Amino acid sequence: MVAAIASVASVAARRIRGGEGVATRGRVLLTLDPGALSHLARGRDVVLVTGTNGKTTTAHLLAAALGTLGPVAHNASGANMSDGAVAALATRRHAPRAVLEVDELHLARVADAVSPAVVVLLNLTRDQLDRGSEVAAVATSIRKSLRRHPRTLVVANRDDPVVVATVEGMPRVTWVAASAGWSGDASLCLRCGRQLVAKHEWSCPCGLSQPQADWELDGAAVRGAGVTTPLHLRLPGRFNLGNALAAMAAAHALGVPPGAAADAMADLESVAHRYATVRHGSHELHLLLAKNPAGWAETLPLLKDYPALLLVINAREADGRDTSWLWDVPFEQLPPRPTVASGDRAADVGLRLSYAAVGHQTVDDPLAGLELLPPGEVVAVANYTAFADLWRRLAVMSGR
Amino acid sequence: MSRESTVRIGLLLPDVLGTYSDRGNAVVLAQRLLRRGIDADVIMVTAGSSPPGGCDLYVIGGGEDAAQSFAAEWLLGHRDLRLALQTTRVLAVCAGLQVLGQWVGDGHGRRQPGLGILDLTTSPGPRRAVGEVLTRCAVPGVGLLTGFENHRGMTQLGPDAAPLAAVMHGVGNGSVDGSEGALTSTVVGTYMHGPVLARNPVLADHLLQGVVGGPLPALELPDQEGVRQLHLALAHRPFERLGPVRAAIDRRRSP
Repeated sequence: MVAAIASVASVAARRIRGGEGVATRGRVLLTLDPGALSHLARGRDVVLVTGTNGKTTTAHLLAAALGTLGPVAHNASGANMSDGAVAALATRRHAPRAVLEVDELHLARVADAVSPAVVVLLNLTRDQLDRGSEVAAVATSIRKSLRRHPRTLVVANRDDPVVVATVEGMPRVTWVAASAGWSGDASLCLRCGRQLVAKHEWSCPCGLSQPQADWELDGAAVRGAGVTTPLHLRLPGRFNLGNALAAMAAAHALGVPPGAAADAMADLESVAHRYATVRHGSHELHLLLAKNPAGWAETLPLLKDYPALLLVINAREADGRDTSWLWDVPFEQLPPRPTVASGDRAADVGLRLSYAAVGHQTVDDPLAGLELLPPGEVVAVANYTAFADLWRRLAVMSGR
Repeated sequence: MSRESTVRIGLLLPDVLGTYSDRGNAVVLAQRLLRRGIDADVIMVTAGSSPPGGCDLYVIGGGEDAAQSFAAEWLLGHRDLRLALQTTRVLAVCAGLQVLGQWVGDGHGRRQPGLGILDLTTSPGPRRAVGEVLTRCAVPGVGLLTGFENHRGMTQLGPDAAPLAAVMHGVGNGSVDGSEGALTSTVVGTYMHGPVLARNPVLADHLLQGVVGGPLPALELPDQEGVRQLHLALAHRPFERLGPVRAAIDRRRSP
């Protein structure tokens, strides 16, 4: 029955491109069979990856690691609500393992349907606040959903106090020291409301404190499962080391030795086009995604060596309608160089740059903006829908 | 310029009431002075620090429920700062506006005392007010204000309080009078993020003129006019609501 529905759905969605097609296919499936997610997950080891930042990358790293054991179902395009999950499971119906990145606010629904073997919780910071998703509300929703799955192993970031307070009390937790570069939403204890004491480690007078790490980084190596494993990622950035650490811990729980996981993850070069390099006319464009203050805090250090910068900012439904968050990003740190502010909210990001004394030109269309930059290397940083739009247009123009 | 002539802007509890990026208001105020040749400093008054005396202007922003309770108690516990806030110019946004009032109710009969600097009270409304706001400011010469509101608290102004503005689009205070924010000779209070002073430089200059004691020369920054046109247009456009998603995780009061 599910098989028949899945092929009907795939015919229905065949003409729709990329991630939208995946989501549409999933929606058709769910309409025809509201229990599809649960049916398709039955008998498989499902890992759910959630958190504000790093979901997509961590899920890709984990899918690569689990791929050493056999086929893996994975919502690789980043369609991370129930529809994306169901489409991924339907696509690889015989894969014994599945990796699903899940939007924080959809974790409860997906977890209840698939009874996950493992949930990876990376970090919780402000993002898309117009969805009513203040950090405390998101944490409460995740905590309630985890409590309904006491047999699930939670792989959680012990460096984020919000994550620790969310996971606290779960019977099976593996703590990873995946770092928390930005602490703007973690000054008060989520459990008691008092101010956290942050010295070398963080703690609260109420007793909540930083747990001992089961997995941690040691320079370019990972310590966990009783061994030290060298790790050489092609993906850039300190935060991706933390993502890889969480992926290794989750993979190990499903039987992947750390060495095999590290080797499999090393080959990953780009993730859903993020970190990709594309040639467009006279420009070589390096693509990065950053969509909130915490993501930007990790992205800023990656920008310093590029001779030109293209910013693309939208504020559509999937981005959050309010662009106030741009003022939590220390754009003052950007060095002077040819810079363009673009996207639906080019003016918002342009004004932010004006106050940060970063000289720039402002033009809504990112590809028109690109033409204002000198030939050669350009680093482009876009938020969610801006990134998807930019990629689509670059792909169409290059005939990909 | 001598040390004494530096305008000191106290950014109150940016680590606690920073959720809605209202710290940008302090950046805007300082930059609008510096670019006119007037020295300005932003002093970050974090929860772990002792509030400095002698600020010329205070800025306080919005945050989550637990953060607001923490901030109210913290402010009440710092007597000198509390007194200074009664006589110094203040920009108070969202939770910051609410804590300057008489009390903030939690909908279950519990009332968190505020500083009582503004004659207003706040109780949770039936649903969050989220979206672009357009108002007409009561301060002569300021005109239309734009911002982004995101709050559940509904604010009732008392007889000794005047509104900052009249709502043209959006919710604002959420009271039947259609008011937005609160205004006294020293305090500008509002629900508008954006940050509000980045969106509305005329309001920023209104506060700064009070501090420097006279008119300031015009200052135009690249993209300022673009931002104004963009948001005036957005406020007039039917705004896509996210009812089902929001309702599913509607704000819960902290334990």
